[in-house]
Amino acid sequence: MLNQKKLIVSHAPFCHDGSSISVRSYHMMIAALPAVLFGFFQYGINAVGVVALSISFAIIWELAINKVTKRSISIGDGNTALIGLLFAMLLPATSPWWLVITGTFVAVVIGKHIFGGIGGNPFNPVLIGLAILMVSWKDFFDFDQALLNYDLGFAMVYPLAAVKHLGTPGIEAFSTGGLLLGQQSGGIGATFGLGLILGGIYLIVRGFIRWEISISFLAGIFITALLFNLNNPTLHAGPLFHLFTGYTLIGAFFLASEDSSSPVNFIPMLIYGAGAGIMTVLVRNLGSYVDGVVFAILLMNLINPIVDKIRPKALGKVV
Amino acid sequence: MIKRSFIGLAKPLIEYQAMDVTPLEPQEISIPKKVTLFIDRPYNHRDSILLNIGDQVKTGQKLSYSEDSDAYVISTVTGTISSISSFIGDYGKAYTAISIDVDENEETDDQFKELIEDPTLDTASNYLSGVPGNPCFKIFSDPERPINTIIVSGADCDLLITTNQYVVKAHINAINNGVRVLKKITGIDNILIAVPENLMQDAVASGAEVRTVDSEYPSALPHLMMQTISGQVVPAGKSCEDLGVCFFSTEAVASIGKAFNEGSIPVTKTLTFIDKNGEKTLVSARIGTPVSEIIKAFNVTLNEQDRIIFGGPMTGSSIYSEDYPVQADTDAIIVQDKDHVALVSEYPCINCGECIRICPVNVPVNILVRFLEAGQYEEAAEHYDLYSCIECGLCSFVCVSKMPVFHYIKLAKYELDRISIAEATNA
Repeated sequence: MLNQKKLIVSHAPFCHDGSSISVRSYHMMIAALPAVLFGFFQYGINAVGVVALSISFAIIWELAINKVTKRSISIGDGNTALIGLLFAMLLPATSPWWLVITGTFVAVVIGKHIFGGIGGNPFNPVLIGLAILMVSWKDFFDFDQALLNYDLGFAMVYPLAAVKHLGTPGIEAFSTGGLLLGQQSGGIGATFGLGLILGGIYLIVRGFIRWEISISFLAGIFITALLFNLNNPTLHAGPLFHLFTGYTLIGAFFLASEDSSSPVNFIPMLIYGAGAGIMTVLVRNLGSYVDGVVFAILLMNLINPIVDKIRPKALGKVV
Repeated sequence: MIKRSFIGLAKPLIEYQAMDVTPLEPQEISIPKKVTLFIDRPYNHRDSILLNIGDQVKTGQKLSYSEDSDAYVISTVTGTISSISSFIGDYGKAYTAISIDVDENEETDDQFKELIEDPTLDTASNYLSGVPGNPCFKIFSDPERPINTIIVSGADCDLLITTNQYVVKAHINAINNGVRVLKKITGIDNILIAVPENLMQDAVASGAEVRTVDSEYPSALPHLMMQTISGQVVPAGKSCEDLGVCFFSTEAVASIGKAFNEGSIPVTKTLTFIDKNGEKTLVSARIGTPVSEIIKAFNVTLNEQDRIIFGGPMTGSSIYSEDYPVQADTDAIIVQDKDHVALVSEYPCINCGECIRICPVNVPVNILVRFLEAGQYEEAAEHYDLYSCIECGLCSFVCVSKMPVFHYIKLAKYELDRISIAEATNA
């Protein structure tokens, strides 16, 4: 029995379908690329700077926390790079460097690692970072003010702010097609509707995000906005306007569908998505904030564990 | 082996290997110089063992462990016992391992032949519980769990294997005979044969009522077969036997049929051998043949850190030595190159929900695995359906974090068993 070949012994199963966290993260980033590149095209070198700084600092914070907590280095899985990218996509192109660094710190350290790292976060880390920044430095998220010096050949007013302050007469300059093609001011990667939709469809088809969440989120926004619009057409914008402005599309395909803070069962996914959609329009139309996507999704993150208890009965379960 | 499809929207379809229309005869592995047989009983050198080193044994001879135990093994070769030792299998199960040096001239023991005229359950359980296919006769004598249905499974319960399907194709007469013997010795008339759709025509000749099994994994696992064939759902934590249904593989039934027909106990196991390139070959080898002999016969070079799997890729078990022998229930042997060995990672669950969507019995795997990781087995069993799991391994197969989910589940069940045994003995 001596001098035997040492074989690998492990438990079944002995094959794997080849999926992995890094594949997932990198495909999410690929899907986000059209919208990001469009942002670069619109806002130039400033946008490139914000995105690069955000991704690199997200990785630096992750590396730092790996060192501090003496865990294995996890920057290679791409999850933190994805957080950095998505975070930058939500920011205005003129965000100062310290805002980006602080935001990624909040997102990666407080949003993700305080709760135990990947898979442990009850909230979407990107949204935690953004929400804390939005509450702390409101002025930097006033897109009208932030993008004052840009002239891109269309009305450089933030559509959601316009409708909030002026009602529907204030948004007559926007056409649905123009909104889809990114003719609106907003976050670096959040304005190019067509690109986000294409990316979202790619992710859904490849199975990296769940269609239940994205579609029900959009449906929730559509129906609620439609009801408001029917009730008072001069005060509240129509459903299509709400679908293609602000953070709606990036929220539907990249933020609400984040793995660890969203449900996994069929009915809970629908409730979660629709709830976030309804809350978004409520905040937009009735609340004090201009865009409600961030807070709506965070709120639904909060009830995710409870709604996810609605699940099919296991086979042979005796109650 | 089977990779995630490009389209990931729907849950992946994982199908059983279907048998070719005209199966090739299995490639025969010559009798090795030494075989190792396991008696299902822990070895204790203080026991008065009936076997001694140096004893001559004949092919088909019954080797009993001791006078006061009914554990035995049928010698599959003619030769001399060279060692008797203890062997610890998976999950700490202890066996007595008997090594036999093989003689060139084969002689057949004819003790069994005298009993075949009048088949009884006693004869079967005294001589045939170690035949290829590993039938279990003890279940028929348990008064608390009367068996009323026998399902003969001609579908292989794991992927890539065609062993039982081959038996349906090639030995349907032996199955027919085996079914008749089973009906006679157990008194159970309700014997069904479950086969994949492509073998329906062949299975009619078995004399048992034919049912079909879906080709999608894991529909040939006993719990799911119960559901489709008899419409009964096995309650969590119960076994099929508790509901009066027991399963025999077609190979086991064919072995029983052959034994009573020919008067000699079958000693050759048919199995599917899968080499490093995924080439599948049917092989027949004596029970007890070391796996190294089979690997040698196929010119497979075995390196350090390769993996040898007994059983299928989803539910089999990997072994640590190439001396490990073929056993009565070894339906497949898979050799994996070290470059193809799928390993687990230390990542936690990221709650992606792939396992939830693929689980055939709706176990909340994402929550369950969090409890199992923390060692909270009782809570897992009580609230998160640990005992509903039918052990198909699909959750580990699709896990994005590459967590050993299936391993955690088996460990939890094993630990809970240990706790309940300890509580029962100390009560």
